[in-house]
Amino acid sequence: MSEPTPSARITRADVEHVARLARLALTEAEAEEFTEQLAVILDHADDVAGLDLDGVPPTAHPLPVTNVLRPDVRTASLDRDEVLEAAPAAEDGRFRVPRIMGEG
Amino acid sequence: MASALDLAAAVRSGARSARSVTEEHLAAIDAREGEIHAFNLVTRDEALAAADAVDAAVARGEDPGPLAGVPVALKDNLCTRGVPTTCSSRILEGWRPPYDATVVERVLAAGGIPVGKTNLDEFAMGSSTENSAFGPTRNPRDTSRVPGGSSGGSAAAVAAGFAPLALGSDTGGSIRQPAALCGVVGVKPTYGAVSRYGLVAFASSLDQIGPFAATVDDAALLLDVISGHDRRDSTSIDAPPTALLGDGADVAGLRVGIASELTDADGIAPEVRVAVERAAAALEAAGASVERVSVPSTVYGLSAYYLIAPAEASSNLARYDGVRYGLRVEGADVEEMNAATRDAGFGPEVKRRIMLGTYALSAGYYDAYYGQAQRVRTLIMRDFAAAYELCDVLLSPTAPTTAFAFGAKTADPLAMYLSDICTIPTNLAGHPAMSVPFGLGADGLPIGVQVLAPALGEATMFRAARVVEAAGVAS
Repeated sequence: MSEPTPSARITRADVEHVARLARLALTEAEAEEFTEQLAVILDHADDVAGLDLDGVPPTAHPLPVTNVLRPDVRTASLDRDEVLEAAPAAEDGRFRVPRIMGEG
Repeated sequence: MASALDLAAAVRSGARSARSVTEEHLAAIDAREGEIHAFNLVTRDEALAAADAVDAAVARGEDPGPLAGVPVALKDNLCTRGVPTTCSSRILEGWRPPYDATVVERVLAAGGIPVGKTNLDEFAMGSSTENSAFGPTRNPRDTSRVPGGSSGGSAAAVAAGFAPLALGSDTGGSIRQPAALCGVVGVKPTYGAVSRYGLVAFASSLDQIGPFAATVDDAALLLDVISGHDRRDSTSIDAPPTALLGDGADVAGLRVGIASELTDADGIAPEVRVAVERAAAALEAAGASVERVSVPSTVYGLSAYYLIAPAEASSNLARYDGVRYGLRVEGADVEEMNAATRDAGFGPEVKRRIMLGTYALSAGYYDAYYGQAQRVRTLIMRDFAAAYELCDVLLSPTAPTTAFAFGAKTADPLAMYLSDICTIPTNLAGHPAMSVPFGLGADGLPIGVQVLAPALGEATMFRAARVVEAAGVAS
């Protein structure tokens, strides 16, 4: 990644790095197009990035609620077979996925 | 066209059967849906079964509820048990949720008739419904124009008379902007006033479900049914449902502010600004006082939103990994499978926002973009709080212009994003706001006026909206 200054224009290398982080196998044409378009959108966002907001606390959420807990009582959850029926692949009551770890 | 209130009253009294009401609306869908494409799926069998259940209840002398026999169209990002829920995305094509969203449960329990799942911009990302993987919806007022978005299908369904009521979701204007463009009423309630359980998440700190209707009172009817606390949504406010129907209070003494920055922004058509001024004059004639009010930080709303919403979306949409539901494209290992699935399953706008959000959250950029946007959010909330010291409600345009032509903004994402410049600040603040039709533009297409209120100010907002509605009809 390039220098962390907000006004630096996003590069093709940035786009490829971010696509990898986001698990998106972009085509050549998509990577090209996104490099252009994200640069325009981020330029617009620079009006925010450039503001002096020292001392202003961030707001993550509009409601003043934290740690909402339910009573610790067992309740019914979704039916396992019904859930697995919607999965692309399932086996022995579990989701089936391709190899996760490399050989050795 | 009969109102939802009149239809429910007729069905509850036995004057009309729910079946006849439902068949009438299904016939309206058959006549024009090919041209409009409001729905991803028309649920004819479910609708008729629900109608028969309502009629059976009436026959037994029971009250089927406040929505008795009234067709309700459901945005296709609301989970419906056993009925496909696609978010207009290839990645969820064919998925049948194992549960109903809380709002769907409440509509059904109130005697509402589920007529179908409405089209949207993929994962609710867009302002024209052109981003649907299943083709756009056309505006019933002029089929060469977009219906707005992302809830374009719901707005079009009500405007075309396919259903008197519909549900949508609003993250940055996705209920209010299509309501304005289609000439119907659309409400974004206070964040937390309506349960989001079973709404497919886009940006969790901004998303809110709300009603579409042809009239303000019909919208009140549906909001009264869907609002109220739900234990299954941890952001649900622990408050009783709204009681907007039958609120006879007038606007005498109400303090109305025209939100300057939202009304005078670049790109707002003069005829839209005039509609806001005339709506204010109508409120003044009805006994309210009107002044101009400044909400200065809202000028940064669009920029902050397009950092916060994509950031939350990039995290929320990580769940579409080809493992638990929806599409899978095989790959040599799990990472290849994830990436191939997501590239094949997501459309361009969804990818663009995932990329933008991932970038804004990535090492080295987090504070400059995401952190900074969250601080702007604080400023916007402070400015609204100051404005609501002076005023009870605010007015502004809903959308900068009337409905635009297909393809007009698809090549320029930023131009499309500007469609939501007047609606986005409300989502950042978590406040309620609604769009009310107010006459027609020079092109003969509807203009919407936005009424905004502080958190949990729905009752005051609806009082003002009734006056705006009456003045709009007379205009």
